[in-house]
Order: sequence, then C-alpha cells, then structure tokens
Amino acid sequence: MKDVKNVSRRSFLKGLGLASGGLIIASGTTLFVACEPKDIVEFNPNLFVQLNSDGNLILVASRSEMGQGVRTSLTSVIADEMEADWDRVSISQAVGDVKYGDQNTDGSKSVRLLFEEMRKIGAATKAVLIAAAAKKWEVPASELRAENHFVINANGKKIGFGDLVEIAKTLDVPKDVQLKDPKDFKYIGKYLPSKDVVTLSNGSAVFGLDKRVDNMKFAAIKRCPVAFGTVKSYDKTAALKIKGVIDVVEIPMLRKPFGPLGGVAVVATNTWAAFKGKEALKVQWDLGDNNTYDSEEYMKQLTANVHKKGKVAKTVGDVEDAFKKASKTIESTYQLPHLVHAPMEVPNAVVWVQGTTCEVWAPTQEPQRTRTEVSAFLETGEENVTVNVTFLGGGFGRKSKPDYIVEAAAVSKAINAPVQVVWTREDDIQHGYYHTVAAQYMKGGLDKEGKVTGWLHRFALPSIASTFAPGTVDPAPFESASATNVPFEIPNMQVETGEAPAHVRIGWLRSVINIPHGFAINVFADELANEAGIDPLEFRLNLIGSDRIEETKNEYKYDTARLKHVLKQAAKNAEWGKKLPEGHAMGLAVHYSFLSYVASVVEVSVINNRVKVHNIHSVIDCGLAVNKNTITAQMEGAAIFGMSLAFYGKITAKDGAIEQTNFGDYQMLRMPQAPKIHVEIVENNEKPTGVGEPGVPVIAPAIVNAIFKATGTRYKTLPLKDHKLV
Amino acid sequence: MTKLKINGEIHTIDVDPDMPLLWAIRDIIGFTGTKFGCGKGFCGACMVLMDGKAVNSCQLPVSSVGENELITVEGETENLQLLQKSWEEHNVPQCGFCQSGQLITATALLNGNSNPSEEDINNAMVRNICRCGTYPRIKKAINHSVELKNKG
Repeated sequence: MKDVKNVSRRSFLKGLGLASGGLIIASGTTLFVACEPKDIVEFNPNLFVQLNSDGNLILVASRSEMGQGVRTSLTSVIADEMEADWDRVSISQAVGDVKYGDQNTDGSKSVRLLFEEMRKIGAATKAVLIAAAAKKWEVPASELRAENHFVINANGKKIGFGDLVEIAKTLDVPKDVQLKDPKDFKYIGKYLPSKDVVTLSNGSAVFGLDKRVDNMKFAAIKRCPVAFGTVKSYDKTAALKIKGVIDVVEIPMLRKPFGPLGGVAVVATNTWAAFKGKEALKVQWDLGDNNTYDSEEYMKQLTANVHKKGKVAKTVGDVEDAFKKASKTIESTYQLPHLVHAPMEVPNAVVWVQGTTCEVWAPTQEPQRTRTEVSAFLETGEENVTVNVTFLGGGFGRKSKPDYIVEAAAVSKAINAPVQVVWTREDDIQHGYYHTVAAQYMKGGLDKEGKVTGWLHRFALPSIASTFAPGTVDPAPFESASATNVPFEIPNMQVETGEAPAHVRIGWLRSVINIPHGFAINVFADELANEAGIDPLEFRLNLIGSDRIEETKNEYKYDTARLKHVLKQAAKNAEWGKKLPEGHAMGLAVHYSFLSYVASVVEVSVINNRVKVHNIHSVIDCGLAVNKNTITAQMEGAAIFGMSLAFYGKITAKDGAIEQTNFGDYQMLRMPQAPKIHVEIVENNEKPTGVGEPGVPVIAPAIVNAIFKATGTRYKTLPLKDHKLV
Repeated sequence: MTKLKINGEIHTIDVDPDMPLLWAIRDIIGFTGTKFGCGKGFCGACMVLMDGKAVNSCQLPVSSVGENELITVEGETENLQLLQKSWEEHNVPQCGFCQSGQLITATALLNGNSNPSEEDINNAMVRNICRCGTYPRIKKAINHSVELKNKG
C-alpha cells in the first residue's frame, strides 16, 4: 500500500482533531464503516461511505461541483475499488469541515490529491464486506471476492452488500488494504457519464441561487465603483418606496483577502424589488486611493517596466553575451488585459444567522474558508457555522473567494432573518477579483543555423499576492514558475520581473498565470521559428530538445518526452502541413500546467479581415485518465473558454471604476463561433494530474500563430476584437 | 392580481405589473429551473416557452404575458423531453446552469423546424451563452433529437 501523500495526510491529521476519536458507529440499518481511531490518521472511510441494508450506497463528494464533474470522478473511484454497482450509488455533498481534508476546489487538484485516498477508502470498505461474508459463511476471507455489489464464494454463491451491513458494522477495518490492479478498473479510465446529468437537464438541481428557506428575504448590495472605496452617506428614501423593499442596511468593508467590499444593502421580499431598490439608492462615496486607476495608462507603465531590466527570477548562462554573439536577435512586447470570471451563476449566498449560530447555503469552491470567514465575522466558533455546498453555476476561481457569503452573513445578522444576497451581472463584472493585466517583453537570439542561443522573458503584472498582502508589487514565486520552468534547451536563458502595484482586487481565474505566460512563450517561439525560417512544429520540438526529466519542486516529474508527445499527436491529428483552403492556416501551442501536458493545433481562416476558428485539435496527458468523459468535456470547455478570452476578454478601468457592465460589453463566445473540437487523451498509468485548467493557456497563442500564418500579421495584444478581427 | 398559466396550471399572483416574468416564476411562484444570468436579455439563461416560442423572461413584464401559455424547463412538451433525453445521452451539461435556457431555446427551434440545418441551429442557439463551453455537445444533442424525431 502506498503512503498517504503530503497534503492529504496533513489534512486528515487535522481532521482527526475535530473528530474527537472519530469512531462512527452504525445505527439502525445503516453502516458507517467503522475503523479504529488510529487508522483515521491515514484514512477515514466512515466519512465517505454509507451503505444501507437495502444495498443503496451513498458516497460523499468532498469537493465542490462546478461543472468539472468532480462528484462523479471522486465517488466512482471509491465505487470501483469497492466493487460497487454504480447504479446503486448516489452522491451526497459534504458540508465544509476540516474532517474531510482539504476541500478547496481549485488548482485542478481534486482528483490528483484524492485519487489514492478514495481508492483506499473503497478498498477498505470492500475488505470489511468480504470479512463480513466470511464470518457469516464461516469460511476464510481469502476464498471470497467482491463483484458488482455482491460478495461471492468460489462456488458462485452470492450475498448482496446490503445483506452484509449488520455483520460488517461490528467489524474493524483491516489495517492494510489491497488496491486493484489498474487493468481491472471498471469505472476508472472509462467514459463514465455524470451522475448529475438528469437533474442538471431538468431544472431540479439546486444551485445557490435556487436555495429557498422559509421566510427568506432577498438582498442586493450597492458597492463603491472603486475598489476599497467606502460609504460616506446614503439616502434610502427612494429605495424604501419600492414595492417589496423592506429595509436598507449598511454593510461594513473588511479589508482582508476575502472580506466584503462593503456598501449598502437593500432587503426585499423578492430579488427584483431588491435590484430596483438598489438602483434607487443614493450613496455618497469616499472613492479612496484607487480612484485614479486608468488601465490604459497603467499598461503604459507596465510596458515601461518590462522595457528596462527587472529582478532576475531565473538565469542560465549569459543572455546578454548570447545576444551579442547571435547572428540575429528579435524582440517582442505582448500586452494582455484584465479578465473577469463571469460564471453563468452570479455570486450569491443564503445565510441565516440565529444568535451565535449560523447556517450557510452557497455555491462555494472553498467551504472551509467560508466557514472560517463567516465565523470570524460573527465572532463565533467555527463549530457554530454550518456551510452547505450547493451546485455551482460555474466557478472558474471566482467562487473560491467567499466575500459574497460574508456579505450575506452581515445582512442576515442585521435583519435577523435568513437572506439571499444576489449579485447583479453588473456587480459581478464590476466588483470581481480580476485576472491580472500583463506586459511581457521577450528577446531571443538565433545563430546562423536558426538555433536559439538566448532567451529573455520579462514580465510585469499585478500579483495575486496583493490581495493577501496589500502593497505587494512583485509576483509570488508561483507566478514566475510558468515562465521559469519552460523546458527549452537554450544555453542562455533569463526570466525577469518588473514591478506592478495592484489597483483592483487581483484573483485567480481558470489557468491563472499560465494564460499570460503561455501566450507570450508560445507566440514568441513562433516568431523565432519564422525568423529562423523553420516550420513551427519542427522548431518547437527542437527547442524542447532531448528526452529528459526537468527538475521540479514537487514529486511529479516534468518529462520533456511527454511534452513533445502531446505536440506531435496534436499535429498528427490535425494533419499539420496538409494543404488547406484559401485563407486557412494552422497554428500550434504547447504548455505544461497543473502538472499536465497539453498541445493544441488550431485551424483558422481569415477572410475579409474576419477570423473564424474551424478546428481545434487538443491533446492532453494528465496521467491516468480517471474519467474520460469529464476530461474530454473539460478540454472542449477549455477551448471555448480560451477562445472567449482571445476574441473578447478585456476588462478596463477608468477613474478607478470598471468600464464593462454585462455580457453586452464583456462578450462570450457563442455557438455559431464554436469550432469542431477534437480531443485526444494520452493513455498512461502515471499519477493523475490536473484537467480543469491546463486546456486553456494554449488556445489564444495557437490562434494568434495561425492568424500570422494566414495573414502575415502578428497580433501581440488581445483581445482580437480590438483588431476588428471578430 | 396577475394570472399566469405555467406548465398547465394557473397561478394567481399579486405583484407589480412591471415585474419581469423571470422573478415572478422564480421568487413568487417558486419554479427555480428558470435561471437569472444577466437580467438584460443577453445570455438566454432565463428562457421560457411562451406559446411554443422562446422568450427571455427577464425582459418580459408579467403584465404583458396575458393568456399566453408558458412552459418552463420543469414543464412537459414533446420536444423538450426529447431534447432532455439527448442531453443525457450526450452528457451535455458541465455546470448545468445555462442548460435550462439552452433546452428551451432548442425546444422552440424544434417546435418551428423539424429538420434544422446547422445554420438554423446556430441562428437559434446564438441567443444562449454557455460559459463552460458545451456548445459542441449541445449541437450534437440537438441533431440527435432531430434524428430521433425523423425516425418517428
């Protein structure tokens, strides 16, 4: 049996503290697989598995479902090891509690961190059921096996899992469990449909916005147009005249990473009245220090900062010397704007504060952080706060930050009733945690044969760290990593960073720093290929160079052979180099992120200065593919997400306020623009790695490279809408 | 008092006549399958069928509905159920939030066109945003439904 790995081991240890001995004994006809307290240090099946005597099996999903299929993926792993019948499984969503280990659903890491844990929980449960049958039949357990919800003996005699509950609940979980041979996986590695597909197609799935509690009020909040501005005074007369408006209350600003921005809340008997009341409110603001933020001017500053020497984040060889000796050098500057998440379901939460206790129902990626923040706000113990996790109508990182949930706690406390705080779409666009805005400068040197001898990558972008430590102007180490870990065999490489103060809340958005870095690296590599007169595919494979393991700071190996493989496969699938219709061309990009390898080849046409994407061939190597249905869907979705940001994604600020308002001026890709998306998943038995995010960063640079091939024009700023191409 | 016929039942509600149908359905009557996405008619999450045609319920005051029959994603109408089956068959939803609206728009499409071309599908579905990017699967599922219909 493999060891429990780093993060999850600590999480389970932490969980033990609250579990007070942790032994959960079955009651009635229900089995919670019992285990010795000391075993809980390693795993705790009784938290995740509930088998009823009728054979129905309830498996707990500890991570939040926002479309990435995590509920199905995680529980299917338990079911597979347990030899359960998938049709007998239903899924229960965990509340926020440290006993479940880390529940922070971001960073494309749920399956990666929990795969082994879920396997062991399934295997342990199976072992207990086999032991129960052995006891009942008075035979050695070694003569029995489990299959499809039954324990079976050598003669084919069967007993259902449910019929073993009464005996099983008197038994201990064995210390060592035998995991299945991967070749015997029944659900893992298949195209398993989502357990939630029916409720998500008939309107019955309960998202945060759909939660209803008796006597619940609805609230909308007017916030300062400038980040961290405060309320000077307000006049609620007009708001209170709106039919359905009940109350108007001020919400404090908490200057902490996930604190509410503060503002004035209008409480009503329905959402529409709350929205109308909010419009009618008159608020005087103290705009604060960010009221001069102008994103256009700011981009000029960032650009100036990358046109001078920055702080060195990595250096190999001597780039300056390489540039002196190069037969040719080229330079490029790339500018990418702020983005906002805009999940289809706006931030919202139902909170009911009753004295010192509180119950939350919210679409959150981070239920434990929610619990911490809400209890801190209410000055009550975490044990007094229950956080129920609803379905999330998209997350993309926005719903990792529970500011909107603390807002609802503040309103509920003020009005002494359950309340649902609902953001308008305008609130969502204008008061978000924005994806960074980036200027990047690249310089490369080529020798006579077209080999790259020097590579300089300089970037300046406001850091996510500024949200945690206001005043931060330098990137956090993880924000340099996707530039410093580029596995190109270039003798002289340097990565530098420039300063970038933040004037809005900076947060992580699907793929995070890999969006700007993946863009600059892939577009610049294409520019170098063009200068060298070498086909971009051949040129890129040469840049990656030999098969080797790059040094990493984690247990996962960065294998250049796997990186080259995804690129070659994408090129092969797209028939790279084939003759295309007039005006059509292909472009490629390859990027390693969230420990996975992804390449995309994009076919575009540019006709009458209008770009159309026809085909996207993406290949992902994410180790063992736990659910191919989900992985394919995530890669399709990543392509569309990447196209949206390439075509339209741009948030701007003027006088400190965000200028975009809704989907009219912050546009999304729509069906007529969606290309054919072809996904290949590399087959291997490496450890599972990220899926939700790694498909995004390659899309925009591949499109830009394809447009260059088609037109000879290189677009170094996004979105393409600004170039009137869409 | 306003009378609304939704999914075959009459609901009598006392609301401001300007209240958009979306909020009457969600907050007053209590069908939450119809979603709020943008409030401005850009995204289609709030689509309902009014006499078989897809309308943005966030843009329609309850007073303008009159006697027209409304069907939401929870309702029953042949093409909707057919499409829901195809949605399952093709594993369309990711987060699922926009899918009520997508299904309603697709239902209206099939109500008016039993054999839509790709262009017809694009022209109809352009009204709905899916931030997760399920468009390719939506298209496949619509085509699947059309095949099932044409098979009889």
